[in-house]
Amino acid sequence: MNSRANSSPTSRWGLRVLGLGYIAVLLVAPLILLFYKTFEKGLAPPWEAITSADGLHALKLTLITVAIAVPLNTVFGVICSLLLVRHRWRGNWLIDAVINLPFAISPVVIGLCLFLLYGKNGWFEPGLAEAGIKVLFSVPGMVLACIFVSVPFVVRETVPVLQEIGTEQEQAAETLGASGWQTFWRITLPSIRWGVAYGVVLCTARVLGEFGAVSIVSGHITGETQTLPLFVEQQYQNFNLPGAFGAAVLLALLALVVLTAMNLLKRKEAA
Amino acid sequence: MEAHAAQAPVAPPRARQLRLPGVGAGLGRGVVVLYLSVIVLLPIAALANQAFSEGLAHFWSQVTSPAAKSSLELILACSLIVVAINAFFGTVVAWLLVRDNFPGKSLVNAIIDLPFALPTIVASLILIELWGNKSPIGIDIALSRTAIVVALCFVTLPFVVRAVQPLLIEMDRDMEEAAASLGAGGFTVFRRIIFPNLLPGLAAGVALAFARALGEYGSVLIFAGGTKNTTVASILIGQQIEQGNETGAAAISVVLLAMALVVLVLITLIQRWGSRHERAQGAGAGGLGLAVTAPPAPQEDDERE
Repeated sequence: MNSRANSSPTSRWGLRVLGLGYIAVLLVAPLILLFYKTFEKGLAPPWEAITSADGLHALKLTLITVAIAVPLNTVFGVICSLLLVRHRWRGNWLIDAVINLPFAISPVVIGLCLFLLYGKNGWFEPGLAEAGIKVLFSVPGMVLACIFVSVPFVVRETVPVLQEIGTEQEQAAETLGASGWQTFWRITLPSIRWGVAYGVVLCTARVLGEFGAVSIVSGHITGETQTLPLFVEQQYQNFNLPGAFGAAVLLALLALVVLTAMNLLKRKEAA
Repeated sequence: MEAHAAQAPVAPPRARQLRLPGVGAGLGRGVVVLYLSVIVLLPIAALANQAFSEGLAHFWSQVTSPAAKSSLELILACSLIVVAINAFFGTVVAWLLVRDNFPGKSLVNAIIDLPFALPTIVASLILIELWGNKSPIGIDIALSRTAIVVALCFVTLPFVVRAVQPLLIEMDRDMEEAAASLGAGGFTVFRRIIFPNLLPGLAAGVALAFARALGEYGSVLIFAGGTKNTTVASILIGQQIEQGNETGAAAISVVLLAMALVVLVLITLIQRWGSRHERAQGAGAGGLGLAVTAPPAPQEDDERE
């Protein structure tokens, strides 16, 4: 990229003030204020909030949802991308459309969908009740919500990379006698790994922070079905601001880790 | 691997037959279809079933009730305002990131994605701290319609920037220089040369931002809340679920979903159109390719060559 300035200094500075000012006011200022407010009275109040029994449980549950939803969507994402890019099939456009659906649906609506499917009049209710499995207002429902909202990410990031790398190396490997699995592990996966990793990072961020869908299916049982985002909201509604800020800062720090990972991976992809 | 990446754009090879190892394509397809059915399609079917469970007339009465109508109108109006604001500022920011040089540019580039990474409820919390009744700068817009717009601007900012940025990187500077040498002023060059080239990306980014804004929940919840004037569709759905009116909630959801789907179809059409017009790459599996990210790597390679 070369940046010859062919515009006048006035317009250049005008654009800088506009663009950077917008980002400063909209993104940076609130973030700085969050950290300032949280640590205003020292480290102790937010630390106590996060290490309270409910806080720790929320953290644990958040990590559980990530540990289930992200690997599932990653494996699904890679298989699905391979199918979409490397196998022509009449139904591919439909699969592609369905994968994009979660982007178009409000998180609350996703929550409501699951609420209706697994709720008291839902289609699965008789079978589930008999088996003694509780989906709604318990962890399985929340995990399902997290999987639903984060389905598209790995596929979306892997498909373009797969298209770009082409099939030459894979064909060469096959000509040399490699089996399908060998080709996949030694050629395909190493070439798409940064794209997949980028998708995994986005997927993790979404699951970590998912609020609307999880909120509807969780039933808001403190210490039982609360993830960190739900914990933030409940603490805020109960006017326990140190608690809300403590958990919010923890989530914001995780978000900054995610941002850093995104930027590192972008550079890897570009290399 | 590096060598490979450099080769790829030169000769884009066409995808061919079987590349799914071990399991055959048929089995893989079965797994994918089953997974999507259980995770995505079945829940949506349950929603549609509930929305129309008491007949079309009941569905219609739920959707056209004063509360439902005003909540849908409000979110439509706010989303339109928000995408207009972000179309402008998003293009300005993308321009700065591609064509300008200033200290801290890579940091600004990194922070653009913050709204993708930050949980929406945290966004709501920090916005109400800055712009609420305890505002350190004395501006209190919490629980107002302005708050809805600000919250939506926050969550949708990256969409436009990330959609416009790669097109700007890719753009051929010769055309601009030719126009300038023929006497066109800065604004004319932008209006006649640059803007038309950015249009496909801008449109896709705007459509994505719009779809996101329509359904946004967490960031609006605390900051704008569910007061009489600020109940947007997603908040109303939440309220109706709490009140036990599941059919009403499902009916509004169907309308909200239909609106977002229209936008989604538009994106796909725009992308097809965009890829037919001189952009050979990116056609692929359609959908939201321009969406969440757009790693500009290969384009940069092109430019160097």
